[in-house]
Amino acid sequence: MKRLALMLTLALAIVSGAAARTPQEQVKGFVPQAQAPQQPELPAAPLLYGAYAFVWAVLLVYIFLLWRRVGKVERELADVTRKLNV
Amino acid sequence: MTTKNVALGFLAVAAVMFVRAPFMIEAAPFEASMGAVSKIFYFHAPSAIVLMLSAFVAGGASVAYLARRRRSADHVAVAAAELAIVFGLITLVTGPMWARKAWGVWWVWEARLTITLVMWMVFIAYLLLRRFGGPGSEMLAAAVSVFGMALVPFVYWSVNVWRTMHPTTSVIPTLPRSMMGPFLWCLLAFACLYVALLLIRVRLERQAALVEDAYLAVED
Repeated sequence: MKRLALMLTLALAIVSGAAARTPQEQVKGFVPQAQAPQQPELPAAPLLYGAYAFVWAVLLVYIFLLWRRVGKVERELADVTRKLNV
Repeated sequence: MTTKNVALGFLAVAAVMFVRAPFMIEAAPFEASMGAVSKIFYFHAPSAIVLMLSAFVAGGASVAYLARRRRSADHVAVAAAELAIVFGLITLVTGPMWARKAWGVWWVWEARLTITLVMWMVFIAYLLLRRFGGPGSEMLAAAVSVFGMALVPFVYWSVNVWRTMHPTTSVIPTLPRSMMGPFLWCLLAFACLYVALLLIRVRLERQAALVEDAYLAVED
């Protein structure tokens, strides 16, 4: 449960951190286009591969945690069944 | 055939499909205005669809639990709520990564994104209630889950009702064949994974209840 709480806190921090940014800065003066600094284009690859890596990581971590929980409950069930049969 | 074997079968099918998926996505063409980053769509949209499906399953099972007080319905509700959080996390993180390139920002407080975030937090509230609510919290949690389900239509139609930056629901039905193939493949992979995880998670909940009953019997 501690792990779940930690994961949820981390997820909320990521979402709220992203949400805190504003879409555009407020305009304080006009600049002719010819004088405007060239904006470097954001590369797509890190975002694309990052997104896919994140999906795989979340799914694999969840399956691993689920597998551990199933093993623990199965052991407990076998243990308590043995106690009941004694 | 046991539930465990069926779940493992679905998990195996999903694993094979997920291994094949990147090759199909790589072969799909770029979207004209967004370029390479638009390929996040092939995991983002299916996970969002599975999130809405899971919210419906959790809400429907909660309605059944409130009406008939069956523990099996409660087990399904807990399992589906947990999976709604997992797939919701994927949706809410991959979406901003796509938006950063396509819109120039990580997040916008527009209808679809905001309602999806609220729905995700409702299911977090559901699990927290189940964990820390104490005896009798199942009923209150079930009612919370029904509220989560009620948000699904708002999430779906929000992009058509309000003017938002998010693409409308007409995108998927009108996908060209070269994009529709990989999308349906990924959707099926996510659906198989969801069924597998739901079956395993419901079984876990049922076994945990059996352990609890057995300990009570030992104490008696």
